[in-house]
Amino acid sequence: MAPHPSAIGGHAQGFGATERKDGWWVEPIVTVVVFLAFVVYTTWAALQGTHYHWGPYLSPFYSPLLFAAPGDAAGLHHSWFGAWPSWWPSFVPASPAVLILIFPGSFRFTCYYYRKAYYRAFTGSPPGCAVGPLAGRRPYRGETFLLLFQNLHRYTMPFAVLLVFILSYDAVVSYWWDGRVGVGVGSIVLTLNAILIGAYTFGCHSFRHLIGGRTDCMSCGKATLKYGAWKRASWFNERHMEFAWLSLVWVMVADLYVRLLSMGVITDLNTWGR
Amino acid sequence: MLNVSEIQTIDHDVLVVGAGGAGLRAAIECSARKLSTGVVSKSLLGKAHTVMAEGGMAAAMGNVDQRDNWKVHFRDTMRGGKFLNDWRMAELHAKHAPARVHELEEWGAVFDRTKEGLISQRNFGGHRYPRLAHVGDRTGLELIRTLQDHGVHSGISFHMECTGLEILKDGDRVAGLLGYWRETGRFVIFRCKAVILATGGGGKAWPVTSNSWEYTGDGTAMAYNAGAELMDLEFTQFHPTGMVWPLSVRGILVTEGVRGDGGVLKNNKGERFMFNYISERFAPETAATVEEADRWLKGDKTARRPPELLTRDEVARAITAEVKAGRGSPHGGVFLDIASRLPADVIKKKLPSMYHQFIELAEVDITKEPMEVGPTLHYFMGGIKVDADSQMSSVPGLFGAGECTAGMHGANRLGGNSLSDLVVFGKLAGEGAANYIEKLGTPPKVPDAHVTSAVRAATDILNRESGANPYLLHEKLQETMAKGVGIVRVKEELEQAIAEIEAHKKEAETLKAPGASQYNPGWHEALAMRSLLVTSEAVARCALMREESRGAHTRLDHPGESKEWVNFNCVVTRGPDGAMRVEKRPRPPGPAGLVAIANAKIEDLESGAVGADAK
Amino acid sequence: MATTRTFRIWRGDARGGGFEQFEIQVDEGMVVLDVLHRIQAQQANDLALRWNCKAGKCGSCSMEINGKPKLACMTRMNSFAESETITVQPLKTFPVMKDLVTDVSWNYAQNKRIPKFQPRPRDPDGAYRMYQEDVDRVQEFRKCIECYLCQDVCHVLRDRHGREQNTFVGPRFLIRLASLEMHPLDTADRIPAVRDEFGSGMCNITKCCTEVCPEHIHITDNGIIPLKERVVDRFYDPIAMLMRKIFG
Repeated sequence: MAPHPSAIGGHAQGFGATERKDGWWVEPIVTVVVFLAFVVYTTWAALQGTHYHWGPYLSPFYSPLLFAAPGDAAGLHHSWFGAWPSWWPSFVPASPAVLILIFPGSFRFTCYYYRKAYYRAFTGSPPGCAVGPLAGRRPYRGETFLLLFQNLHRYTMPFAVLLVFILSYDAVVSYWWDGRVGVGVGSIVLTLNAILIGAYTFGCHSFRHLIGGRTDCMSCGKATLKYGAWKRASWFNERHMEFAWLSLVWVMVADLYVRLLSMGVITDLNTWGR
Repeated sequence: MLNVSEIQTIDHDVLVVGAGGAGLRAAIECSARKLSTGVVSKSLLGKAHTVMAEGGMAAAMGNVDQRDNWKVHFRDTMRGGKFLNDWRMAELHAKHAPARVHELEEWGAVFDRTKEGLISQRNFGGHRYPRLAHVGDRTGLELIRTLQDHGVHSGISFHMECTGLEILKDGDRVAGLLGYWRETGRFVIFRCKAVILATGGGGKAWPVTSNSWEYTGDGTAMAYNAGAELMDLEFTQFHPTGMVWPLSVRGILVTEGVRGDGGVLKNNKGERFMFNYISERFAPETAATVEEADRWLKGDKTARRPPELLTRDEVARAITAEVKAGRGSPHGGVFLDIASRLPADVIKKKLPSMYHQFIELAEVDITKEPMEVGPTLHYFMGGIKVDADSQMSSVPGLFGAGECTAGMHGANRLGGNSLSDLVVFGKLAGEGAANYIEKLGTPPKVPDAHVTSAVRAATDILNRESGANPYLLHEKLQETMAKGVGIVRVKEELEQAIAEIEAHKKEAETLKAPGASQYNPGWHEALAMRSLLVTSEAVARCALMREESRGAHTRLDHPGESKEWVNFNCVVTRGPDGAMRVEKRPRPPGPAGLVAIANAKIEDLESGAVGADAK
Repeated sequence: MATTRTFRIWRGDARGGGFEQFEIQVDEGMVVLDVLHRIQAQQANDLALRWNCKAGKCGSCSMEINGKPKLACMTRMNSFAESETITVQPLKTFPVMKDLVTDVSWNYAQNKRIPKFQPRPRDPDGAYRMYQEDVDRVQEFRKCIECYLCQDVCHVLRDRHGREQNTFVGPRFLIRLASLEMHPLDTADRIPAVRDEFGSGMCNITKCCTEVCPEHIHITDNGIIPLKERVVDRFYDPIAMLMRKIFG
C-alpha cells in the first residue's frame, strides 16, 4: 500500500498534534482561564450597580460615571450628569457600568494582541506554533469574511484614549477627600491603574499607525513631532502584550479593592484616618 | 551505453555559473543586453557566500570625507596588494565602484545613512578614508538580495541546485557546460555561446576557513581543465579574525568592522600588541601611540589610524606570531576587545550580527567580554587569468568575475574591495560576453564525445563496488594544506604538500559514494574533491615557485619582498599530458600615470602635485 | 565532554519514508548541524540536508527540531537534556524532496509576483536622500535571510492550504512587501495588491512567524500589522475614504 501522503516528513496530524516536547499548551490554558475569569467577574461586577465607590475612590469599571446608580445618593459627587435617568427602560439592567463598558470592551476585543491570544486559546487557530489547529479541515478565511469588523479597531481607539484621561482624573481626585490632600492605598491602586491602562493604550497598533506610521517619511531628516510620537508609541507597542495582561488584571484588582472597601470587608490604609 | 541525445539540454546565449554578487550582476548585464541568460547555482538563489560579507563595499564616493576620490582608492588598493595588482583592473575598480553602489541603491538597496541623508561610509583596514558603504554588518546580504530581487524581474532563468562539471568546447571556443541537478542526480547540457564563471575561491581545502561547502574551486578547476590560464594562486588571504571557539564554528568570520569601530587586539597579558608590528611601509600612516589611535577614532583628521587597521596579511601574521610566542588566548587565538571600548547599546546597533553570532554560537556576550579570534582562510586573490576590460580568459567565450579571477587584488585584498569587485567586474564580464557574442560568427556545437567521457567519470563514483570515502579524503587534503600551505610556508613543507596532493589525486580516482544519485551528498562531495584538488595543487605549486614574501604569501626561507618578483606572475596551465605546469611570466609594466599615483605621497596626491591630470 | 546522544531523523522522499535512529558522539560546543554532518560522514553518507554558512546568515539549514522550526546551525546541543532523543524532520509546509530537503520553489514564485522597486527620480545633484530614522523600519525587514521558517510555521500555509490554493503569500513576502511599501523612495502603490493578491486578510496575527524568526524581525508588529492598517486606510475606514473623496 502506498503510504498516506501525510506520512511524508513524519509530521503529526490533527488538533493539538505536534512533535514539540515543551509545554506549549500552558499559554493557551492560562489565557483561557484568565480571560474567562475576567469576563465572568466583569459581567458580575458591572451588573451589581452597587459598591462601586468609596470615599474619593471610584471603580474603573464605572468610570466615567455618567449617572449615579438608582438610589445611590452617596455616589452623586462622582457623577457627571447627576442621578439615574427616570426614562431608563426597565428591561435593561440599571447599572452605570453598562453605559460605558462597551468602549474599553470593544477596544480590547479588536486589539491586535488580544486577537492573537484568543485566536490561539479559544479558536485553536493554531493553539501553538507548529501545533495542529482545531477544525483544520474546515475552510479558513482568516479575517477576510466574518471577521472583517476587526478592521474597525481604530474607531474604538479614540474612546480608549479618552478613557485614559478620565481614569487619570479619577486617580488625581483620589488624593483629595473632604477638602484635604492625602494618600491612601486606594489612591495608589487607582494611579497604577491609570498608568497601566495608559501604557497599554498608547502601544495600540492603530494609534501608532495613525500618529505617524502611515507615512514613509516620518522624519525626513528633521526631529519632527510625528517621528518622536511614533518612536514613543513603538516603545509601548513592543510591550503591548505585557501591558495588556497587567492592565487587565489590575483593573479587576482596582474594582475589587473599591468594592471590598465599600462593602466594609476591608479597611483602607490612608492619611485621612477614615 | 550512454546516449547523449537523451540528456536534457537547455539553450541560452550566456550561461553564468555562480549566483553570488558577481554572477548575478553579470547575468543582469547580459539580460539587459537582450541575451537569453541562465544562471546555474549549487545552492538556492540568495544563499551564495556573498551573504557572509559583513563590513561593506568600498567606493570612493566621499560622502563622509570629501578628500576621497578614485585615485586615493586606487593607491590604497595597489599598496594593499603590494603592487602586484593588475594596474588596469585596480583602476577600473576604483573608478567604477561609486556608480555601482548608486545603481544598487536605485535597485532597492538600503544602505546606512549619513546625517545629510546620503550613503554612510565606514573606516576599514587599509583604506585611507571612510569608504565602505554598508548596512550594519550584513552588507553582503543586502547586496545579494538587491541583485536577486532585481534579477527575478529581468527575465533571467535561474537553475538552482545545479553543479557545473565541465566546460564544453567546440574547437577552441566555448560551446556549453555539462552539469547535474543535485536533487535528481540527472545530467544536463547547457548549450550556449559564452560562459561566465563566478564561482568564488577554493577555501574548503583548509580546515579552518570562513568559506562554506560551496567553496571548492569549481570554476577555477573547470577553466583550467578547459585550457584557460590561472594566475597568482599562491596568494590566499587569511583573515586575521575568525572565531576559534567552540571548535564547530572555528573559522567563521568576525568582521573587520569590529576593529573599524574601535575594537582592539590584545594578548593574554592584556597588551595591545599591534603597536609592535607596524612595518616600515605603513609606519608613516599609522598611529604611534594609543592616544593618537584613539584621537583618530574620534574623527581627528590630523591623527593617524590605529595599527589594528593595518592590512589583513599584516594583522594575521602578527596574531600568529603572538600565539607562537605563547601570548595567545586559551583556545589558541588572541583577544579582540570591543566591550571596553564602546557602550553596550552602541555595539548592538553597529554590530548586530556579530553580537548575535557570539551570543548564539559561543555564548559570549561581546558587550561584556572580549572575543577570542585567530586567522582563518578567507579569500583567493588568485584564480582565472582574465583581460581587465572584457574579463575574458585565455579561452574564447569563457569569462570570469569576482573571486574566481586573478589580478584585481594582487598579493593581498583590502577588506571591502571584494563586494565592489563583484559588481564592477560582474558588469564588465556581462558586457564582455555580450560584445563577444555580437561578433561571434557561426554558433558553436557541443561535442558528444566530451559529454560521454565526463558523464562516465562522474557516474563511476556511484557504480564502483567499493572505494575510498570522499569525506575522509577531504579531511586528508585539509590536513595537507594546513600543514604545508598555511600562513607561513617553506620549501620543504611545500614540496611535501605537493607530494601528498599527488597521492590524494590517485586516491580521488578510486572514490566511492554509496547510495543512488538522487540528492546524494557523498557523491556531491566526491565530485567537488576533483575541483578542490586542482586548486590546491595550483596554490601549492605557485607558492613553491614564488621565492619571496609578499602580501598574503609568506616564505620563511625567503623573507621580505624581492625587487625581482614584483615583475612576475606565476601562471598555471594544463599541459598536453594532463600534468600541471607553472610558469614564471613577466608582467607588463604599469602605465606611467598610474604608477605615479600608486607611488605618490598622500600629501602630493591630495594637493594635486601628482595625478592632477588623471581622469 | 563528549557524550553519546540519540537522534531520530526522518528519512525518505516524496514516495514515503520513516524515522531512522542514530547513536552518535557529541562534543562540547556542537550545534545540531555539526551532529548531522557527523552522522553524514560516519553513518549515512547519503543523508540529504541543506546548509551553507553555518553562522545563521544564509538561512539554508531550516528544519524542524523536536517539533520546532529552527536553523540547525543555530541550535546548540546544550539546549537539550543529555538523555533527550532529538527528533529532526523536514519542514512540513513544503513538499519533501529527500530526507531533510524540501522543495521551496513556491517561495521563489511568490517573490517573482511582487512588483519590483520603483524609485522616484534622483535629486538634482544625482543623489538619493533618505534618512536613517526613516529607513530603520525598512532595514529591519531587509535583515531577512529567507530561511522560510516563518512560511513553514504559519498555519495558513502549513495547515490551511494557503500554499496550495495561493490565497496567502506568507509572512516572508508580506514583510518584503512592507519593505517596499515603507521604502521612502518607492513610488508604486502596492496596497490593493497586498489585500487582493497577497492575502493580508488571511493573516490572523497569531505571531508564530515572529516567534521562529532567527533574525528576530518583528514580522507581525512592525510589518504585517502596519500593512493591515494601511489596507484599512484604503478600504475599510469610512471617514478616511470620505476625506479622500472630498479632498482628493
